[in-house]
Amino acid sequence: MPAIKSLEELKRVREEALAKKQLKATPGHIQVIVAMGTCGIAAGARDTMKSVLSFIETERLSGVTVTQTGCMGMCEQEPILQVVIGDQPRVVYGKVNAEVAAQIMKQHVQNGTPVKDYVLPL
Amino acid sequence: MREIALHLLDIAENSVAAGSRTIRMDVLEDLQDDLLKVSVTDDGRGMDTETAKRVLDPFYTTRTTRKVGLGIPLLKLAAESSGGGLSLETESGKGTRIEASFRHSHIDRMPLGDVSMTMLTLLVSYPHVNWTFNYEVNGRDGESRQFLLDDKEIKSVLGDVPLTEPDVLKFLRGMIEEGIASVTPEPVI
Repeated sequence: MPAIKSLEELKRVREEALAKKQLKATPGHIQVIVAMGTCGIAAGARDTMKSVLSFIETERLSGVTVTQTGCMGMCEQEPILQVVIGDQPRVVYGKVNAEVAAQIMKQHVQNGTPVKDYVLPL
Repeated sequence: MREIALHLLDIAENSVAAGSRTIRMDVLEDLQDDLLKVSVTDDGRGMDTETAKRVLDPFYTTRTTRKVGLGIPLLKLAAESSGGGLSLETESGKGTRIEASFRHSHIDRMPLGDVSMTMLTLLVSYPHVNWTFNYEVNGRDGESRQFLLDDKEIKSVLGDVPLTEPDVLKFLRGMIEEGIASVTPEPVI
């Protein structure tokens, strides 16, 4: 059973992740929220999520929480992604495919500048 | 929706919305019996008999229970048009189990799709839920293989380290992808 065999490895991963976290100053909590209602999923929200997770993994981006929400009543704008950094107001993006998600992760989540072209006026 | 794995994600989202603490997802590819069977079982708030009837009817549903919507009728249609069907068992306050079956070799059967991404998405987005993923294959050779993942142990090892830390994420993705790849049957050419 792979899950049990590799628990030792997971323990090591945990120790390393903890050590790295302590070295870093926390720049305000970052939350990335992907809408995963039926409409979002049908529009490709899982690919959006995949792109977000793979950015975190390859760029080794620590301290980002990734969560989901349901249908937000703007099905025509799906996939919808929201970014919340610290106490700043949340930014809601529409039509976020995998490429746009990677762009938002780089420009907004990593460097603090929202990607204006995809921000939804609320 | 173009993948059974996306339907599974959609159904599991309903389970989360129903306040479930424990959710189990099963995928069975039985090549001996030419069957593909998937199910999601939760311990959420469940439904009364009236509501349960409605979720299978797209026209009734969209107007009365917005939270459930079109997802289940679409899955039902996909299952029925490939020689299978959908069943729903639920009890108010106890939980819900939705099972869809397909004839594995049916020409109109939707592809299973990226099951590992569906699992990873759910696992990292809803850490408060106890997830169990079970993928079983009964091969043409008659041999059965299984990938079973219960996240309890993973979470107890990780403690307060979030699932979205880069190294943890890499570990989880690798574990799920390898686990699924190790049991997935060879495609028929």
